[in-house]
Amino acid sequence: MTSFTDSLTGWFNGLTWLPDMSPAIVAVFVAGILALAVFTFMSLNALVAVYFERKVSAFMQDRLGPMEVGIFGFRGGKKFWGGIGQTLADAIKLLGKEDTIPADADRPLFILGPFILFGAAFTAFIGLPIGWGMVISDFNIGVFFITAITSVGVIGIILSGWASNNKWSLYGAMRSAAQIISYELPLGMSLLLVVMVAGSLQFSDIVQWQEDNRWFIIHSPFTVVAFMIFLVSGVAEANRTPFDLPEAESELVAGYMTEYSGFRWSLFFLSEYASMVIISLMTAIVFLGAWLSPVAGILRMFGVPEGWYYLSGPLWGLFWLMGKVAFLIFTMMWFRWTFPRLRPDQLMYTAWKVFLPFALANIFFVGLWELLLA
Amino acid sequence: MYSDFAPIPVFAVLSVVLIGVALFLQRILAPAEKTALKLSVYECGEEVEGPAWIQFNIRFYVIALIFLIFDVEVVLLFPWAVVFKDLGWVAFIEMLIFLGILTVGLVAVWSRRDLDWVKMKVPYGQGRYAKLRGSAE
Repeated sequence: MTSFTDSLTGWFNGLTWLPDMSPAIVAVFVAGILALAVFTFMSLNALVAVYFERKVSAFMQDRLGPMEVGIFGFRGGKKFWGGIGQTLADAIKLLGKEDTIPADADRPLFILGPFILFGAAFTAFIGLPIGWGMVISDFNIGVFFITAITSVGVIGIILSGWASNNKWSLYGAMRSAAQIISYELPLGMSLLLVVMVAGSLQFSDIVQWQEDNRWFIIHSPFTVVAFMIFLVSGVAEANRTPFDLPEAESELVAGYMTEYSGFRWSLFFLSEYASMVIISLMTAIVFLGAWLSPVAGILRMFGVPEGWYYLSGPLWGLFWLMGKVAFLIFTMMWFRWTFPRLRPDQLMYTAWKVFLPFALANIFFVGLWELLLA
Repeated sequence: MYSDFAPIPVFAVLSVVLIGVALFLQRILAPAEKTALKLSVYECGEEVEGPAWIQFNIRFYVIALIFLIFDVEVVLLFPWAVVFKDLGWVAFIEMLIFLGILTVGLVAVWSRRDLDWVKMKVPYGQGRYAKLRGSAE
């Protein structure tokens, strides 16, 4: 299995005009280039996602702003491009905002918090594939790596909430801690089903299994339940509405990020939108057949011979994967404008009394299903 | 094999560096006029009463303990899940015993009402609430 790292390293070693470098230096260079690519992606992703969210909310709530703001003298009007000027202005504005650290705050921890949160979301992209061989590192423990690294982020949230010395921030951080640890269990257990069936923690093996058999969401009735639990828990892990209690603006100002401003604040922002992408990518890869073409799946089912109409291949793969991810992100935004925020006790109730028993039962039933039917 | 993990430290270091660059840019671009009021903590515009570093009732702290147990369980389940199909019924039944014990734990916590927001074992108006009720009337 190749990866971006392998192909870039090969390309580097092929450059004859470069002086001889030890493999370790090449490895650092390659990882550095890929890291820059991911950073660019995360920044652009936040811009596009915010634009997208404004559009979705504007359509759903009939808002005027995001539909009208133009760019470079163009009048936006109620068209697709209306409101794009707002997004560009946002990016510039964030760098121009004053950076304040409250006098009463715990300075080192206040500064450290967003770094951890951002670093966790940033590092998670190493393990996420976007096509055959299109991944930075195709870990043999891929699923495990992502679940582990994404849960580091909560440390950053607790640190920044506590260090702000603000009651709202503290409440937000505590809620966030309770929420993230609660929803991590159903999330992990739903992933477990996929690992049980595919027999591997490597993303490429999981996708290969789905290509050889069928997408996990239609594999058995229990994987449908697992998919639903996974998606909802993922929304909760990303602190998105209706699980946005840690940053509930109507009660806690902005929760754990109340005291942050300027670029430090935008780190929270980047991480939130990045974690939306991470959750959507995970869901798409693990349950929705990743970059596999749905057309090919249906045609293969009816025994149609392979051909161009299968719409599969590297570029089509990217198209399908991004399409699935975009749809899942749209679903998350749709949630936001549809459901009211939960109360903390309802949140805990959902995680511990609904999802956890179902996830435990799911392990049992999928085990039976696999042993009896497969 | 281990080279798969090489990007992790590089990414970790670079995330710090890239944030540092952006913060430096901000330092150049952004205004910096600090006033005492600006540096105070924002709690809806009210004057702040004391620090936030106080002891308060963190609900669901029992849940944090349960979470630790269940999280260890999930970690243990992942390697099991990888070899589950190769080992078949033996692995399945062994894990069922293990999961069964944990489920009993969950049921115990549930019936002890540690998963509830208000842990009221004694109905309102009885026991230690009786006096409270009397004073209200």
